[in-house]
Amino acid sequence: MKKIEYTTIKGKSLPFFALLGGLGFIILLGLLSTWHMEHSGHWVTGMTNQIVWGMPHVFAIFLIVAASGALNVASIASVFNKKLYEPLARLSALLALALLAGGLVVLLLDLGRPDRLIVAITYYNFKSIFAWNIILYSGFFAIVGVYIWTMMDHGVYKFKRIAGISAFIWRLVLTTGTGSIFGFLVARSAYDAAIMAPMFIIMSFSFGLAVFILVLLASYNWTERELGDVIVNRLRNLLGVFVAAVMYFVIVFHLTNLYATQHHDVESFFLLDGGIFTNLFWFGQIFAGSLIPLALIYAPGVKNCRKSLATACLLVILGGMIQLYIILIGGQAYPLEIFPGYEVSSTFFDGVINTYTPSIYEIALGVSGVALSMAIVVFAVRALKFLPTSLADSVADPHA
Amino acid sequence: MSDTVDNSRRKFLSSAAIVGSVTIAPGILLNQVANAKPAAEPVTNKVRWGILIDTNKCSKGCTSCVDACNEEHALTPIHGPETDTQYIRKVTLKEKTTGHEHSLPLMCQHCETAPCVDVCPTGASFKRADGIVLVDKHICIGCRYCMMACPYKARSFIHEVIKDQTVHTPRGKGCVESCTMCVHRVDDDKDPACVEACNKENHNAMLFGDINDPKSKISKELKKHGGKQIRADLGLNTGVRYQGL
Repeated sequence: MKKIEYTTIKGKSLPFFALLGGLGFIILLGLLSTWHMEHSGHWVTGMTNQIVWGMPHVFAIFLIVAASGALNVASIASVFNKKLYEPLARLSALLALALLAGGLVVLLLDLGRPDRLIVAITYYNFKSIFAWNIILYSGFFAIVGVYIWTMMDHGVYKFKRIAGISAFIWRLVLTTGTGSIFGFLVARSAYDAAIMAPMFIIMSFSFGLAVFILVLLASYNWTERELGDVIVNRLRNLLGVFVAAVMYFVIVFHLTNLYATQHHDVESFFLLDGGIFTNLFWFGQIFAGSLIPLALIYAPGVKNCRKSLATACLLVILGGMIQLYIILIGGQAYPLEIFPGYEVSSTFFDGVINTYTPSIYEIALGVSGVALSMAIVVFAVRALKFLPTSLADSVADPHA
Repeated sequence: MSDTVDNSRRKFLSSAAIVGSVTIAPGILLNQVANAKPAAEPVTNKVRWGILIDTNKCSKGCTSCVDACNEEHALTPIHGPETDTQYIRKVTLKEKTTGHEHSLPLMCQHCETAPCVDVCPTGASFKRADGIVLVDKHICIGCRYCMMACPYKARSFIHEVIKDQTVHTPRGKGCVESCTMCVHRVDDDKDPACVEACNKENHNAMLFGDINDPKSKISKELKKHGGKQIRADLGLNTGVRYQGL
């Protein structure tokens, strides 16, 4: 393995500025949507007193979960000393920060009172996992920022391993916090499960790596840098393991619920007769988001095919968004069991399956978070040396 | 020296004692009964306000408690039932096996260990020492996590600009709100509006009082006939209890 050389991208071409301009335009649409939602109030969205968290939260939580997962590649290098992943560590950490920034901006801009951000960061209720998450997210920025510094500055290079280990531990705690937002909701049948936290961690491995591979493929393709099969195939296999692991957790989650009679109704809602949510689960999350990607990763004859890998990554991302949509929206659509054993009706939608139609504003805000993340990556790889000049097998393969 | 006794002084003293007792006693007695606090004193945890609801007395078609609440807090329909605020609602329950029906009002249950208070990141959801759960509208950031956590679906998000608010119930777009147990009335020694309306209709299905005071009517009734908590399995020790369920 040769010494790795990092360079900034040229960033002078028309497509480069078109990409930045396009992302900027999407961000602008997101900001306009936010202005409309905040000015008029949330009645212009699809969210109601029944479905209180909607599409912005699906995007935000996806980005936050993917952020901690995107850091994995760097962790494998720094914590587990795998030399092959070393050249990818800078991009991995950068992507983690960018995705988290995008997710948090969406979460913030959907608040009823985003102008009170200062309240959220000065008043803490330490019994709230939400308050802990605010600290965990802020800490993630600081720790991963220092980690990137130790990777890029030879003066502090000796601290790289300790920074990498700290970041790895922090990210595990962070995703535990994100999963626990749902795991701690004891009153809702679809949540209230300790498995939520580890399931969110394994989801982050899968979603984060899928995003990382796409960004890696795109940046090396668009900048015409060499990217060898050794690295790509290693990442491909890793993604396959993570996708299968997410499926394992999903199966265990549902099996555990199915064993308890009190959960049969909510399980049949998700797995059998929940309409859109049942269809999304089987066709979206399981078939399109898990089985097809596994086929695209492991099928004989596609070993070195970049297109099949990119398609698999896109499907894992789509499946992940669908999975979060089912958890978030489906979990709220299923009625609260306030009076077990009774049929309930009221003027406040008690006992009925709640409906939700996302508005264009919510979707625009969510997509603008993705655009912001990507814009940060594009800007950063133009400004600083994040990308190795070459990742050809002769350069990157430690055994070459 | 005369043997006759001048009774005028005795009469005067006894009259003064009677007048004095009549004047002071209600103050002392009422204070003992309601344990109400003078305005300048902080709220104390010696009191735990609660409401006992007898579902057998609650009339199915009657919405006087809901109407009174809406009027008291100026809750008017704006953009439809999905986004409009409801502090209290009438719920009809039908037992799945027997078909037996109940009608009851459901609102914030003013839990002792309230999930909304636990999950609120800024502490905007809080419980007063006397057990009333409220939202501090100054520090609510509108994250709606409390709405996700409430087992009773008792909270509403303010989805639009609110006009014609009352002084005692400030309501701001982008914040979460719920039943205040009419804290402004309680601090003024009055029953919550829903309880008053129910009594006015002669249904007397709702009884308000201090459940910490063993001499209060609500405590005596709870001791004698009991009162169920909704979702008692969650162990929240609610301030609102139900009979007849």
